[in-house]
Amino acid sequence: MVENIDLSLVDWSRGQFALTAIYHWIFVPLTLGLSFILAIMETIYVRTGREEWKRITKFWMTLFGVNFAIGVATGIILEFEFGTNWSNYSWFVGDIFGAPLAIEGIMAFFLESTFIAVMFFGWNKVGKKFHLTSTWLVAIGANLSALWILVANAWMQYPVGTQFNPDLARNEMMNFWDVFLSPVAVNKFIHTITSGFVLGSLFVVGVSSWFLLKKRESGMAKKSILVASIFGLVSGLMLVYSGDGSARLIARIQPVKFASLEGLYKGREGAGLLAFGILIPAKETSGRKIHEVKLKLEIPNLLSYMATGSWKAYVPGIHDLIDGNAERGIMPAQEKMKRGLVARETLAAMKESRDKGDTAAYQALKAKFYDKDFMENYFSYFGYSFLNEPGSLVPNVPLTFYSFHLMVGLGFYFLLLFFVFIVLVWFNKLDNKRILLWLAVFTIPLAYVASEAGWIVAELGRQPWVVQDLLPTVAAVSHINASSVQVTFLLFAFIFTGLLIAEIGIMIKQIKIGPKEGGK
Amino acid sequence: MKKSLIHRIFYFYYDGFRSMTVGKKLWVIILIKLFIIFIILKIFFFPDLLKKNFSSDKERGEYVLENLSK
Repeated sequence: MVENIDLSLVDWSRGQFALTAIYHWIFVPLTLGLSFILAIMETIYVRTGREEWKRITKFWMTLFGVNFAIGVATGIILEFEFGTNWSNYSWFVGDIFGAPLAIEGIMAFFLESTFIAVMFFGWNKVGKKFHLTSTWLVAIGANLSALWILVANAWMQYPVGTQFNPDLARNEMMNFWDVFLSPVAVNKFIHTITSGFVLGSLFVVGVSSWFLLKKRESGMAKKSILVASIFGLVSGLMLVYSGDGSARLIARIQPVKFASLEGLYKGREGAGLLAFGILIPAKETSGRKIHEVKLKLEIPNLLSYMATGSWKAYVPGIHDLIDGNAERGIMPAQEKMKRGLVARETLAAMKESRDKGDTAAYQALKAKFYDKDFMENYFSYFGYSFLNEPGSLVPNVPLTFYSFHLMVGLGFYFLLLFFVFIVLVWFNKLDNKRILLWLAVFTIPLAYVASEAGWIVAELGRQPWVVQDLLPTVAAVSHINASSVQVTFLLFAFIFTGLLIAEIGIMIKQIKIGPKEGGK
Repeated sequence: MKKSLIHRIFYFYYDGFRSMTVGKKLWVIILIKLFIIFIILKIFFFPDLLKKNFSSDKERGEYVLENLSK
């Protein structure tokens, strides 16, 4: 992969951010999911008073602790990168990022750091109910921590609730609730945490299946599988529901990403969703590289339904969105670039008049940035002014396409697996289903693949934008030497790989040791 | 005599850390990781460029405005 990365500063900075984000996301979803599974298991213990549930809870709590300890603070590196590699971006987004991250830091510190100690050290020292409350608060705190960073990320995908301050070249929050409750933020939060719940459930099912294969801890394994499969199935259904909502939002807000998910170049009415397909490079059209879908298996009209809620609706393709489609009222990218340039030239003229002391001109130009018509028709395309040609608005179609289909396909496979496990555990028919048990073990890495693929769809699919329509990646990067980014890229690759090896090693050792005390 | 709240909290953590098994190894990993992240990486490799190079928000804004408008 490394040899394919362009040695330019932008590409190295993007590569480094992708590397750290992907590694960070290896640790996060298991914390999100396993924390709630622990809380459910401990609730059963407190309600039934049966010691075996305490033993089960403590076993999974140990694995939670390993993951939490190795993963904690890996996300802070992303913030370092904002300040060093993406200084234009971090300034431009202003307090939109600062406020949620500050709240996240405080909440994470007080909720997680305080109650996680009670959760681990408090067995037999605090009351059962207080301990249970602490476990629930750790779960809620971990997931609320994710909320704030997702709110900030959602603003980048759909910038609302802010006003651009032309004097400081930064966005300022005008309405916290518009930012916090934007449909993208709400949907993204639900979709992301439920993906963590599914991953955590698959982890528990997979590890428990290993115990059954080894004919160890049968009672614990089956009880764990039942709890995790029910939790996973319910979460998985919420994941599908929020995924459907997400598709509708993407179709409206990020239509190029939506078209790329399906490799849809030419728009059509009643568009079908590909259940399967292979992208093959095809002859250039409209001066840009395109791909054709071969061996396709299509579900008729479903893409139109996903995009709009109507089976026959028109879904624009990449060509329509880049070249424009007058009949469908789609503005060509070239026109957006012109309008963006007007906004940027206005900003430059305002700065120049201010520097020259021409107060009247300065005030008049500044006023445009508070004028609704100018903001809607020109500034909303500000980011397009940095692009050299309209084709750069198209993300990497094959990677977006395959990531999306992998994520969706695996998601439905996980649902089926949870359902089958619930039935088999319920009727006590699981012990001799060795192929199925091995399948569950090998599904653990697939859960991570699906989860990472989701982020690739979300982040790579919205390229070239860092902030949708307002700031492209190329304008967001700091003016620093690419060599310094290369050095830290390799450093991160080394550190994170070390952490991952440590995590897997300690985790496997603890799993092999198994539950240690009490109960059956 | 009933011990003070601070005393009880201290011994809660003290006993907790003392009785850790796998946790001790994890704490070593956490401490090494935090040292690398906050001391080595932050100080030597990841300065906040705008904070380092400019002393006020006005200057920072001016610099980014120049970058975004030229």
